[in-house]
Amino acid sequence: MAYVSVKGGEKAITNAHSWLAEARRGDPRVPEIDVAQIREQMSLAVDRVMAEGSCYDPDLAALAIKQARGDLPEAIFLVRAYRTTLPRFGASEPVETEEMAVLRRISAAFKDIPGGQILGPTFDYTHRLLDFALAAEGASLPAAAALSETPQPYPMPTIGSVFAHEDLLERDERPEAEDAPFDLTREPMAFPAGRDQRLQALARGDEGFLLSLAYSSQRGWGSTHPLCGEIRFGDVTVEFVPEELGFPIEIGELSVTECQMLSGFSGSAERAPQYTRGYGLTFGHCERKAMSMAIVDRALRHREVGEQADAPVQDEEFVLYHSDNVEASGFVQHLKLPHYVDFQADLQLIRRLRREHFERNNPIKVAAE
Amino acid sequence: MISTSTPRSNETERYYNYAYLDEQTKRMIRRAILKALAIPGYQVPFGSREMPVPYGWGTGGIQLTAAIIGPDDVYKCIDQGADDTTNAVSIRQFFAKVADVATTEDTAEATIIQTRHRIPEQTLKAGQVLVFQVPQPEPLRGLEARETETRAMHAYEEYGLQYVSLYENVSAYGRIAATAGYPVMVEERYLMSPSPIPKFDNPKMDDNEAILLFGAGREKRIYAVPPHTQVRSLDFEDYPFEVQTWEESCALCGADDAYLDEVVLDDVGTKMFVCSDSHHCGQRRAEGHVGPMAGHQLAQGEAEAAL
Repeated sequence: MAYVSVKGGEKAITNAHSWLAEARRGDPRVPEIDVAQIREQMSLAVDRVMAEGSCYDPDLAALAIKQARGDLPEAIFLVRAYRTTLPRFGASEPVETEEMAVLRRISAAFKDIPGGQILGPTFDYTHRLLDFALAAEGASLPAAAALSETPQPYPMPTIGSVFAHEDLLERDERPEAEDAPFDLTREPMAFPAGRDQRLQALARGDEGFLLSLAYSSQRGWGSTHPLCGEIRFGDVTVEFVPEELGFPIEIGELSVTECQMLSGFSGSAERAPQYTRGYGLTFGHCERKAMSMAIVDRALRHREVGEQADAPVQDEEFVLYHSDNVEASGFVQHLKLPHYVDFQADLQLIRRLRREHFERNNPIKVAAE
Repeated sequence: MISTSTPRSNETERYYNYAYLDEQTKRMIRRAILKALAIPGYQVPFGSREMPVPYGWGTGGIQLTAAIIGPDDVYKCIDQGADDTTNAVSIRQFFAKVADVATTEDTAEATIIQTRHRIPEQTLKAGQVLVFQVPQPEPLRGLEARETETRAMHAYEEYGLQYVSLYENVSAYGRIAATAGYPVMVEERYLMSPSPIPKFDNPKMDDNEAILLFGAGREKRIYAVPPHTQVRSLDFEDYPFEVQTWEESCALCGADDAYLDEVVLDDVGTKMFVCSDSHHCGQRRAEGHVGPMAGHQLAQGEAEAAL
């Protein structure tokens, strides 16, 4: 078989792009999916893309999912490459998750807690049986969920407030000096990493990677014996202080998922035994991610509580350097790019080493050749 | 040879800033470049941005180019030494589009040359900038996985581990077995990765007239070799540094002093060797140099691509 080296990369790229567009569209006899449909009906995919793309814009995320043919890491990459070009006009006030308009709030720590257990729209207690009715066309609208007869308390009490009077749970201290938090999108990773840097990296980090790390911790590779103190999902308001006004004004709302994991701490010479926290926060409804994040955050706090650290989940360089799926996906897949110059250099060496090997082991035969 | 008939959609539509990056980001990168030039071989951390190509595709090099390019520049982009490699074509088109810049394949004509894995055969001149795409800026990373450790090793100029590794090579293989990304010492102070260029190219960095800039986007590091800087490939007195040589010469242009790629012609072991630097090879052929397989379809393909 004759081999013709590929030349004319320019034409090849253009053709590949046309083919890609065609493959994205699929069979033209099937109606094209539109961005609003993705936004409304693939909302958890949209939420993941917003969370890991670190840009809260459901329409953009839905567009990215459409363009990426449903490949979520690719969609996340599209959103990241867009957000990085946006001008920054300032930083918002910290969002107050205590004041969240809660759609879901559960705690595994108590049978009932002030405010109650609110299941909200969850897969948790569904039977994972394929619902073939969804495949039928023209399905009728699902029946509306019944409204509660009693209004839920607002603000919804937090797990922290339940423990507050006993001091059993470490307090959520607000830092004294209001230094601008570390920003990974503007500064490179630095070690040792502060909690702000760590939480930002984890919030942007790959759900699958964090899930596996959290799971490894649960299985004993750096266990923190976590208990799910609280998960809440709902809307928070975003406030901003324009320089010309000097007081905060509301500029929008975000849906976020927050998770507080509790881990026991048996105390030290200075500190009384107490529960410690691991924290998770994501854009949108991403419970698996928020819980994993909280477990990994707590595992990485081993120094503060004097835990022995020998598991991967406790190694901040290992965790933080490898959690970003845009970086990871790019670098793994760059192996597709040509490496023939390096390979030629390597090939020469291996051939030489092989020749020397055979000369050593069979000098007569090599000489005869 | 200079091509200006490039698509200029960014000029009319301006969806993005000139050369893609916003001006504040460019300023930040330029500051990092100046620091890198002031401390040759030292890896300067910088706030690397997400780029519209994946990490590993040249995000560091693209950011360096975007920070220094202007409308009067002439831009050349190569991958594996060749202008027509897919990724080089893609990056060249990117700058033609977002920076309205003239592009060329001619090494001498270019003011900025972005490269992956090679240094052009033709000697670079003062005023030219060679921008390297760097996958792993840390030469010691293969020996020490932790950034906190390797930064300390550079600070203390503690490079014993690197020499031990080369010595282990000698004892195992009878030679220093590193072939590409061969570590160099810059001005006898900083150990530096030349990026995965073949060691064949290492001597070209020493006392070079051009500015050599290295950008690692994913690892968020910039480093540089200013003009006329001493760059020494590590070796031992009894095992001196040596570059690759070939028994063959280029099948198309007959060059016997250029880096050669091996092209497999069939599945029974027939192969030819051709210059990895496509422009160098084309120029030699234009000057009348002839190799043993001159006129091969590989050369014709190149001629078409150049049109």
